[in-house]
Amino acid sequence: MDATTMTTAPPPVRAGSTSGRKSGILLLSPAVVLLLVWSIVPLLLTLWYSFRNYNLVDPTMHGFAGFSNYWYLLTDPDFLEALRNTALLVVGVLVISVGGGTLLAVLYDQEFFGRGIARVLVISPFFVMPTVSALLWKNLMLHPIYGVYAWMMRSVGLTPIDWLQRFPMATVMMIVAWEWLPFAVLILLTAVQSLDTEQREAALLDGAGPVARFRHIILPHLSRAITVVVMIETIYLLTIFAEIMVTTAGGPGVASTNLAYMIYARALLQFDVGGASAGGVIAIVIANIVAMFLVRAVARNLEA
Amino acid sequence: MATVELKNIRKTYISEEIIKGVSLTIEDGEFVVFVGPSGCGKSTLLRMIAGLEDITDGDLLIDGRRVNDVGPADRGLAMVFQSYALYPHMNVYQNMEFALKLAKMPEAERRGKIEAVAKTLQLEPYLKHKPGQLSGGQRQRVAIGRAIVRNPKVFLFDEPLSNLDAALRGQMRVELATLHRRLEATTIYVTHDQIEAMTMADKIVVLQKGIIEQVGSPLELYHHPRNLFVARFIGAPPMNLLQAHVIAADEQGTRVKLVTGQSVTVAVEPRADLVGTSVTLGIRPEHVRLGTSDVNPGQGVVLLAEHLGALTHLHVRISDGHDIIIQTEGGDALTADAPVAFSFPPEHCHLFDQNGVAMPRKARRSLAA
Ligand SMILES: Nc1ncnc2c1ncn2[C@@H]1O[C@H](COP(=O)(O)OP(=O)(O)O)[C@@H](O)[C@H]1O
Ligand SMILES: [Mg+2]
Repeated sequence: MDATTMTTAPPPVRAGSTSGRKSGILLLSPAVVLLLVWSIVPLLLTLWYSFRNYNLVDPTMHGFAGFSNYWYLLTDPDFLEALRNTALLVVGVLVISVGGGTLLAVLYDQEFFGRGIARVLVISPFFVMPTVSALLWKNLMLHPIYGVYAWMMRSVGLTPIDWLQRFPMATVMMIVAWEWLPFAVLILLTAVQSLDTEQREAALLDGAGPVARFRHIILPHLSRAITVVVMIETIYLLTIFAEIMVTTAGGPGVASTNLAYMIYARALLQFDVGGASAGGVIAIVIANIVAMFLVRAVARNLEA
Repeated sequence: MATVELKNIRKTYISEEIIKGVSLTIEDGEFVVFVGPSGCGKSTLLRMIAGLEDITDGDLLIDGRRVNDVGPADRGLAMVFQSYALYPHMNVYQNMEFALKLAKMPEAERRGKIEAVAKTLQLEPYLKHKPGQLSGGQRQRVAIGRAIVRNPKVFLFDEPLSNLDAALRGQMRVELATLHRRLEATTIYVTHDQIEAMTMADKIVVLQKGIIEQVGSPLELYHHPRNLFVARFIGAPPMNLLQAHVIAADEQGTRVKLVTGQSVTVAVEPRADLVGTSVTLGIRPEHVRLGTSDVNPGQGVVLLAEHLGALTHLHVRISDGHDIIIQTEGGDALTADAPVAFSFPPEHCHLFDQNGVAMPRKARRSLAA
């Protein structure tokens, strides 16, 4: 009897649930409106400016520009260079940080003396802010006269190399990879540690050596974590700015100018707001295309 | 195929000794079950045999060869883990193929082997499935299949059925026992469940706190437990144990007086030196006889009657704080609070001395080998 009344009883109706939902929306709205204003207004303004003649040093030039801002940008060889550098930076840092991160994660998963301290050390660059770490590398490590590397090279009789002059893009890439490696290690180490010990032991009994275990057991287990690392890092790496600003200021020439730095240079060094806005719009388009591919890849990977 | 011999094996983790000198011989084709409560070191012992843990001291011999320093892959063993430990990104076929591939077996031979094993384990429809798409029982079969295709000298199982529900466990027990009869492979099986041990083993090894309490066939352990621990551990419901002291020991048998006041004659070898000492009387629930009797009679009140259909478990209070369980095929009429008369047949009583060691029983049962 009791059981039947219980199962057939209608679910309890919470009094005033509609009014509750309304007040919920009301309470959410400030945050939503703020977010909308924060992202929509700049977007619309950027779009608007990108079609205008708008140069801060030449107020006589104004009015509607049509697609000429875009045309100048797309035909500018510097823009292509910036695009190439952006891609180089993203791909290079991804390869170094994910590749190195995977190896370090597997290494740090082993038992060895002083592992706790070593783990803290490998994570620590992540807590240094980009400007500071770029300055550290520029002045403390790589400076051709009083940097650590210059001293090391001189002490074995070699001529120090001015890294940021000779290999600007590679050096920036190295600095950014140094900043992002800890992130990859952190995520991948937790992933390695979540591997079932019985699975490892089963592989051991199946006769898998270290290489086979890495290739057939650990790497497939890490694939999800790797996709997540790639996605998060890509989003940040597309907009690297502080490191370039501090170390090379995009130079020599435009050798280390990426899209973000180029937009900054257009707007605040050349005062060409219209051209910079066009660059911004293109950057948004590129970021969205990349994001679309990434989200698809991740969704597929998380599903399996 | 293979014999396994343990010679005074020890294991110490940091400072604590977990396995305290285990010696054991496992014959070719034998199904040996390590049984004992959780934490007694069964898994540790098995993992030392597998080569997954270092052996602190003692010798491990497989086929007469000392293998202490041989790697796990080269000992010729296969292990089925409690969590199955299937490779989640490989399908069933690839799971079984992995070891063969690493052993560089040719493709055609691999395929033949896997298909044959899949057939015996009824896994053929699932060869393309990933472990995540299989039920618990199917995963279990894949894990067993992965062990079989390697054609190992010894099979090791670590609580393979404990993740399955009761019905499936019963079914897999039968399948495993049948499989063992067919393959005739030396098998070491770890469980904390005495029913699994009793139903499958040729030889049971009862472990407690890292030492072997008793080794023997299931019926030997059932009829002749060597001490209180084994007596308690083997058999369900567990053996009734009552405190007593010895009042006489002669040719007619040993007479003891229970704490409940009742006096009982037990058919064990008489030992005059034990007169006056306290002992423990044990009798299995299925051996207590219901009804009045001249020999070792007793009476009590039914606390609870559990009717299982074919059997009834009567929880009977003899006196305050002294309850026993009686298993009977009848007893349908008995309900709570009914008075009940019973007797302890002398030939079914066990007697354990102060140290919990069983005193030898007069009529040693002939055990089916
Ligand atoms: N790696 C280890 N380090 C320290 N102690 C361990 C380790 N593995 C197991 N032990 C201890 O050894 C004892 C036996 O464990 P185990 O063999 O797993 O028991 P079980 O009989 O339940 O399988 C437990 O008390 C456990 O705490
Ligand atoms: Mg265990």
